[in-house]
Amino acid sequence: MFKQLSDNKAEMLTIELDAESVTVPAGISVAAAMLYLDAAATRQTPVSGSPRAAFCMMGVCFECLMEIDGSPNRRACQVVVTAGMRVRRQLGARDNGQAS
Amino acid sequence: MKADYPLLVIGAGPAGMAAAQTAAEYGVEVAVIDQQAQPGGQIYRNVDSSLLNDPSILGKDYTFGKPLVQAFRRAGLDYHAATSVWYLDKNRRLGILKQGENYQLSARKIVIATGAQERPMPVPGWQLPGVMTAGAGQILLKSAALVPRDGVVLAGNGPLMLLVAWQYLQAGVRLRALLDTTPRGTLFKALRHLPKALGASDYLWRGLRLMASIRHAGVPAYKAVSDLRAIGDGCLQAVSFNAAGKSQRIETELLLLHQGIFPALHITQAAGCDIRWNEAQQCWRPALDAWGESSRAGIFVAGDGAGIVGARAASLDGQLAGLQLAHQLGRITAVERDRLAQPIRKAADRHRSIRPFLDACYPVADALLAPPDDTLVCRCEEIDAADVRAVVRLGCVGPNQAKAFLRCGMGPCQGRFCGSTVEQIFAHERGVSVSDVGRFSVRPPLQPITLGQLAGIQDLTED
Repeated sequence: MFKQLSDNKAEMLTIELDAESVTVPAGISVAAAMLYLDAAATRQTPVSGSPRAAFCMMGVCFECLMEIDGSPNRRACQVVVTAGMRVRRQLGARDNGQAS
Repeated sequence: MKADYPLLVIGAGPAGMAAAQTAAEYGVEVAVIDQQAQPGGQIYRNVDSSLLNDPSILGKDYTFGKPLVQAFRRAGLDYHAATSVWYLDKNRRLGILKQGENYQLSARKIVIATGAQERPMPVPGWQLPGVMTAGAGQILLKSAALVPRDGVVLAGNGPLMLLVAWQYLQAGVRLRALLDTTPRGTLFKALRHLPKALGASDYLWRGLRLMASIRHAGVPAYKAVSDLRAIGDGCLQAVSFNAAGKSQRIETELLLLHQGIFPALHITQAAGCDIRWNEAQQCWRPALDAWGESSRAGIFVAGDGAGIVGARAASLDGQLAGLQLAHQLGRITAVERDRLAQPIRKAADRHRSIRPFLDACYPVADALLAPPDDTLVCRCEEIDAADVRAVVRLGCVGPNQAKAFLRCGMGPCQGRFCGSTVEQIFAHERGVSVSDVGRFSVRPPLQPITLGQLAGIQDLTED
């Protein structure tokens, strides 16, 4: 849904999204990376299972909750991507057993 | 991190940076904590660390912040980035999360400079992936150099929406349409505030230039738009709306919504500071004295978190708070404080003089404050406007009781994105002012915290 401005100077790195390797610009948030990947939905709601994506990008709306490096309920807009980071979409309520 | 600070500033936007630097200049020991990874707040986000080759495409009001951020970095303050407050009480004890660790500390004086958030703009379908806020679009540009891949529709009103439209044009983004939801006849009503606004005519000229270049770019623009809907199955596919009596539909994968900003009050409310309803800005604001001190002695609020004033006035208000704090902490006399404050106050008043006109130019349409029944109000708990209206009819007295009926405002965002709508629905249904309806109460944790972090608290105050 979003693309890099053609003249920007970001380097690329590889992260894992739902166990699949993907390449994204370095220095951006996980939520921004999801939009860059056209993989907008970050989670399904615990109430009805409807898909949601990052909405405010500044840590207020909590729509971009994801499991990042094993810890659930992280706001993807507040976490910067790092090489090898393991990111999972959160389907329904966060998984207690996965908490680190 | 220390156990006790004479002064702790929460937020490193224009107001927080200025308050901290001013107090430090007169010898006050000050710590600054900020949720973002870089100083500058949302307005100057990444201004000195941009991924953009040419940050000037964002305009002069953005690059104005670069020397401010650089000066803040050079001041060598005790600055903690990527650090958030999850607890604050009236005795100025704080719970702070930094790099996954939980610290308890206290401060003699506190400045809350947590800025603003965008006013929720609830329309049917706004929960679909592909619908975001205009501010979110701007943050993606500032912090990630990302722009819409295949065009965008912007809907709502307010200076920020126009600025984002202009910035997107600078960046070569295709604007499919600009949907202005400002009700008809608004400008006429706003004209009585124009004489005062002429005192800050630079704002008016900048705004007019902005609008002229958007018009010049030939963006399809619709006025007095109503009945806006986001349509799609699983993600956004189109928007529909009514303009000039005709139903319209535009295919798009991205819709950015905006209808102004209001003070972010969670931390201020948690500290027990009195808040008041402001009819002109349609928002709650803390009750403050002329220096920004709240009803809780020693707790100040500065910048947009005190009422929307804009970045320039926010910075000046931060300086005023800094001077008063330097005085209260015994560093300068009242006479010195007043002498130093005089030119700052004058400049702040000038920047502020544009606000009544701007507020009157961009009112929120009633149907967007209290949306139609099939609109999701509480995105977290999936409560729609019909649910809220139903409990009002059952006799539910206000937003806090509605929590017990519906769980609205009790999800992860803690009411940040439904509180204003719930209040407005109550006010509209009961035919009273929002000030009579009240506001969701706020309780810690103000940020998500795990039980492990809670149990592992490092009580610095007992050292």
